Amino acid sequence: MKTIDVKDIINGVEKMCYDACHVLADDMKNALDKAVNDEESPVGKQILGQLQENLVIAREKQIPICQDTGMAVFFVKLGQDVHIEGGLLEDAINEGVRRGYTNGYLRKSVVNCPIERINTKDNTPAVIHYQIVPGDKLTITIAPKGFGSENMSRVFMLKPADGVEGIKNAVVTAVKDAGPNACPPMVVGVGIGGTFEKCALMAKEALTRPVDKHSDIPYIKDLEEEILKEINNSGIGPGGLGGRVTAFAVNINTYPTHIAGLPVAVNICCHVNRHATIEL
Amino acid sequence: MDKHINAPISEEDVLSLNAGDYVYISGTVYTARDAAHKRMYEALAENKELPFDVKGNVIYYMGPSPAREGRPIGSAGPTTASRMDKYTPDLLDLGLRGMIGKGKRSKEVTEAIIRNKAVYFAAVGGAGAILAGAIKESKVIAYDDLGTEAIRELKVENLPVVVVIDSKGNNLYETAIKEYAR
Repeated sequence: MKTIDVKDIINGVEKMCYDACHVLADDMKNALDKAVNDEESPVGKQILGQLQENLVIAREKQIPICQDTGMAVFFVKLGQDVHIEGGLLEDAINEGVRRGYTNGYLRKSVVNCPIERINTKDNTPAVIHYQIVPGDKLTITIAPKGFGSENMSRVFMLKPADGVEGIKNAVVTAVKDAGPNACPPMVVGVGIGGTFEKCALMAKEALTRPVDKHSDIPYIKDLEEEILKEINNSGIGPGGLGGRVTAFAVNINTYPTHIAGLPVAVNICCHVNRHATIEL
Repeated sequence: MDKHINAPISEEDVLSLNAGDYVYISGTVYTARDAAHKRMYEALAENKELPFDVKGNVIYYMGPSPAREGRPIGSAGPTTASRMDKYTPDLLDLGLRGMIGKGKRSKEVTEAIIRNKAVYFAAVGGAGAILAGAIKESKVIAYDDLGTEAIRELKVENLPVVVVIDSKGNNLYETAIKEYAR
């Protein structure tokens, strides 16, 4: 049994909010550097160059990479031998978000209710997904999610007969419909299988996997590569102004499903694919 | 082609712009996004005055992150324009001359752009730290309670944008993507 004080959770979350919105993880920076070389369109190259410069300015001048610092989405893996002391885990995460977004000059983009739409002024509440895991560690991953790309995400309830071709079509259709709205080059998170809500959650979590890391399942890795090639043949390009690099990666997660179903969720993220993790 | 224009934009300038032109805007532009558009739309329905005269002016679809001390603004990139499509034709018919955002527009907006000799520009989405550098002053002029969604009057110098839909209705997204599709 290990005891974790909520103060450590609050402090950790506050720092993660700030860091994730100012500095991209190395996998995204490397993907951008590679894209500048791969891009054939002069306009596309120029936009990618601006995005590189934007990352430098963000880091040096402490200006968020993008003004949409997102709704704070968390994946929490709680070891079942962990005891949380001093308060509730959920309250601690929300307090960390409150402090991170207020003290860190991040944008408050959350409204209290989808109908009333009054800004909560501190970016709470967060969206938190919990998983109970073996062991005595608490792992918290934040993925602040902007809504330019979130709005272009889709769920397709395909039939088993649609097969792999159906999956490819679904993902490519979602990306083409998104086009310039989702701030390409994008990262495409895909969840295949499970149920209606399970595939959506898998698609979201797939976005937290580094873009230079493929699925461990060989035929899913192949599918990731095939779909990425098709997306990059669409011509959408950086900023949607035409070019070769429309997406950096397609990350697919899968789960067993029902004999009657083939759920496919596509969660699109812009080039500012922010994620950070702490382990307590 | 690179061009420099002033905002508010003259009719002569707007007619000289073509889809694909790189434009640096200097002068005054106004921010408004979802909630501010809804309020302006409601104000018009009740025959009330808008917080600023849209005639000849440019709206930047943008909600900034908070400014640090001594700076005019925080991160300041464009938001998706299509969410404003419902409200835009009415504003264009009142004389709005330009919009800065990102992403596709509806057929109704394109028709209103042609009808009123207006222009739709895109700024690079997700480059909010760079774009902040072109904004020299920022003042909330209406709807302060909306926080980031309040209407702001911005003084800009060489704000870099590209013409996506020109006053003739040419659309850069459509032509540019076809060029690179395989």
